[in-house]
Amino acid sequence: MEKRKAADNWSAEPTRAFRVRVLRQDGPAQPSYWQRFSIAWEPDMNCISVLQKIAAKAETIDGQRVAPVAWDCNCLEEVCGACTMVINGRVRQACTALVDQLLQDRPEEIELQPMKKFPVIRDLVVDRSRIFVSLQKVRAWIPVDSYLDMGAGPRQSQDVQQLAYLYSKCISCGCCLDACPQFIKIELYREPGESTEAYEARLREANYRAFMGAHAIAQVDLFNSNPIGSMTANERLDALIAEGGIQVCGQAQNCVKVCPKGIPLTTAIGRGGRAATKHIVKKLFDR
Amino acid sequence: MAKPSVMIIGGGLAGSAAAMKLAELDCAVSIMSFAPLKRSHSCCAQGGINSVNELTRQLGDHEGKHFEDTVYGGDFLQHQPPVKELAEWAPRIIDLMDRLGVTFNRTPEGFRDQRRFGGTLYRRTAFAGATTGQQLLYALDEQVRRWEVTGHIRKYEHWDFLAPILDDQGRCRGCVAQDMITMEIRAIPCDALVLATGGCGLIFGQSTNSLACTGSADSRLVQAGARYGNGEFIQVHPTAIPGADKLRLISESARGEGGRLWVPRTPHDPRPGQDIPERERFYFLEERYPKYGNLLPRDIATREVFKVCIQEGLSVQPDRPCVYLDVTGLPRDVLDRKLGGVLEIYEKFQGVDPRITPMKIFPAVHYSMGGLWVDYEATAQGGLRIESPRHQHTSIPGVFAIGECEYQYHGANRLGANSLVACLFSGLTVAPGIINYTTTLPAGLAAEQSSTLFDRAAYKENSRFQTMLARPTGGPSVFSIHAELGQLMTKYATVIRHNADLAQAYERVSELQEEAEACSLSDTGQWANQEVFFARALEDMFPLAKIILKGALARDECRGAHYKPEFAFPEITATDPIDRRREAVEWCEHFEENNRKWLKTTIATLDAEGEPRLTYEAIDTSLLAPRPRLYGILGGEIIEEVWKEREAAKQLAGSR
Repeated sequence: MEKRKAADNWSAEPTRAFRVRVLRQDGPAQPSYWQRFSIAWEPDMNCISVLQKIAAKAETIDGQRVAPVAWDCNCLEEVCGACTMVINGRVRQACTALVDQLLQDRPEEIELQPMKKFPVIRDLVVDRSRIFVSLQKVRAWIPVDSYLDMGAGPRQSQDVQQLAYLYSKCISCGCCLDACPQFIKIELYREPGESTEAYEARLREANYRAFMGAHAIAQVDLFNSNPIGSMTANERLDALIAEGGIQVCGQAQNCVKVCPKGIPLTTAIGRGGRAATKHIVKKLFDR
Repeated sequence: MAKPSVMIIGGGLAGSAAAMKLAELDCAVSIMSFAPLKRSHSCCAQGGINSVNELTRQLGDHEGKHFEDTVYGGDFLQHQPPVKELAEWAPRIIDLMDRLGVTFNRTPEGFRDQRRFGGTLYRRTAFAGATTGQQLLYALDEQVRRWEVTGHIRKYEHWDFLAPILDDQGRCRGCVAQDMITMEIRAIPCDALVLATGGCGLIFGQSTNSLACTGSADSRLVQAGARYGNGEFIQVHPTAIPGADKLRLISESARGEGGRLWVPRTPHDPRPGQDIPERERFYFLEERYPKYGNLLPRDIATREVFKVCIQEGLSVQPDRPCVYLDVTGLPRDVLDRKLGGVLEIYEKFQGVDPRITPMKIFPAVHYSMGGLWVDYEATAQGGLRIESPRHQHTSIPGVFAIGECEYQYHGANRLGANSLVACLFSGLTVAPGIINYTTTLPAGLAAEQSSTLFDRAAYKENSRFQTMLARPTGGPSVFSIHAELGQLMTKYATVIRHNADLAQAYERVSELQEEAEACSLSDTGQWANQEVFFARALEDMFPLAKIILKGALARDECRGAHYKPEFAFPEITATDPIDRRREAVEWCEHFEENNRKWLKTTIATLDAEGEPRLTYEAIDTSLLAPRPRLYGILGGEIIEEVWKEREAAKQLAGSR
């Protein structure tokens, strides 16, 4: 509340402009560079409205005409996960990054950078297909027999539902991955003459073998706790102990600190680790 | 024989449901989306999904009542067989979603919990916290991923649909699309094209819609000759948070769980909402509509909020219109377990805890009841033959439409929590009809068509793209034109409409359309050029904006979300019983006369100059006779009494 009050006082100067520094990059394998913009302050701004203003003006603080900054967004209410970027050094969604609060913490300027662990496509747009490859790898779905009418799903206690809901709120934004020291950026470039399909297949293969990260480990717990999902728990545990699996986790615990949805990722990693150990032992004896 | 190939445009609830069902039926499925499917606008749906359930059944509810509430709430503007079928499928659809792992809230005994939503007296709405759309979408996204791994579904994520490819007979044989990163334009053959592209909120500038909801895909289909139905029916949701970039929805579930709308009795009372004593609060919906209270259909609730703020001057704040949505009286457990998601949104964006302080809200454009016209085939029992190739088929052979982008289920006003069920129903049931359509294709499958058909289509879009990049500088910016379009549409074509305003708005929108075609791009690059996609979407907003305005201008009546005060029926004001009865008789006669004229679907098409042409089509009301929609209007009891007598007399006359 204290913060809010201070921001209100600050807003008594409506003509004030503030500066925004953006790390830009024209395309993959291109050098990155900073550009500064001056934005007229208005009430209730967030980083989305800042980027909209940059696009509409397309002019730097020095009056240089530039192409609008490219960035991803869709829902603007922190449910779609699209607008994730690094704002004042912290990975988060641009929509809930409110300008007054940011200026309160750092009045001189707001700094926008693309996520650091994903290849830049252009400016603040990154390629996060790796997130979805790891969801393929851990088979994050309920393998129902068919979509025919077979009646309701199994009954569940409120506690089980509440826990599952916590995990299933994951918006696949990639914050937990960007903050993870064990999650190493993979960047492959298109070969001359390579088709989109061939490039994507090559990238997918590399992503498939690399560390899956906290979000995917939590999804294993989600689906293995589901009564139908638990029937195929071993498949997910196999993926969890394969190359790029849970053993790569270094327990830095950064993931849980940056998750915008408050998902208990370290709890999921702990549970995943125990399940993985049991699974390995069981496999030894089943041989 | 080769498998039929189906291209789905849009990866929200409807598109994903269609994709997984088509994959199960062994079609070669492709699905195209602006973004990864999981980031589609369906994730913004909050409150829940309606169906009759075991609990409501024991209180006398049945599918027929869900059908009736939907039709009555929609002011009888829907063809009835599709709605009947929808209501019958709804319980099974929720069962399926339950099996797919959707984290529906539970009762202490472990059953799915339900809450009440607007326009019904039953607790029909299943929900997963207050992010039900997100949870449903994720379950489908997961199923699509499952089929992607087995090679049944191919995704085109970060692609924009540009146009259908029609052969000489006007039959769809594929589509042209553009990769939003590499900017490659490609013609992709398919035997059936399914549009599942959602709403068109961006035409109104700011709305509760996501930024992908431009309506451009619908517009591109209309420009290719498709018919568009009931475009003028736009739902304005009563409760949203005003914002600089977006109007964020506060779900109807906040009221479903017991939240109340009120304003201070003293205009602009400066005290914080929580400090204003009970007796100084005006619960305007509860006082005026004792039966439904805070859970009226959205069109009526929205008009009441408007009325209380603007006509009666009782807005909470003097500088901007808003009313309180108060959930502070609800138990903490209900707030956290059932409404957490929406309350978080309010807290994150307003910096105020709605558990302690009443929320300040105002209506916002939310949903398009209108959309691409689609066909259906009724059975003798008044339901649907869903395996019919006509099911969900647009007026262009080979193009189907499902979800919010079509017009079929909600009439003049959609009930809360009916959109998710309509998306899933149309998405799941479109598959068998598509397969039957593709097995009877004249001149073979798309893959067997001459390559010149596809080359020509790609060439045309490529030229349009290059022309855009080559536009001279110095013209207006796409963003300023979009801002003006949005302001015009919001001001003149939302809650209260007047013919003079609509006519004026139409003229200005026509001028803006020309300006948009001449606007300059500040980005002329050939890599991930977002401005190109927005500029093209903006141009394509105009045909739909004109369809909305023209439809609204032509429709001289009040029906559901379409409200023109000039044509509102007078309420019954007489106090003398004889006068009251006479007024009620006149009211009923007026109602019948109006229905003869306007109980019709508006069908819009574009003429050779790109201007909308309107025609009207009779509505199938064979299952439930239209009757006055009397949610708490003044004198409603006497109108209802007179109406019933007249109906009984008619029946008697008919049976003689």
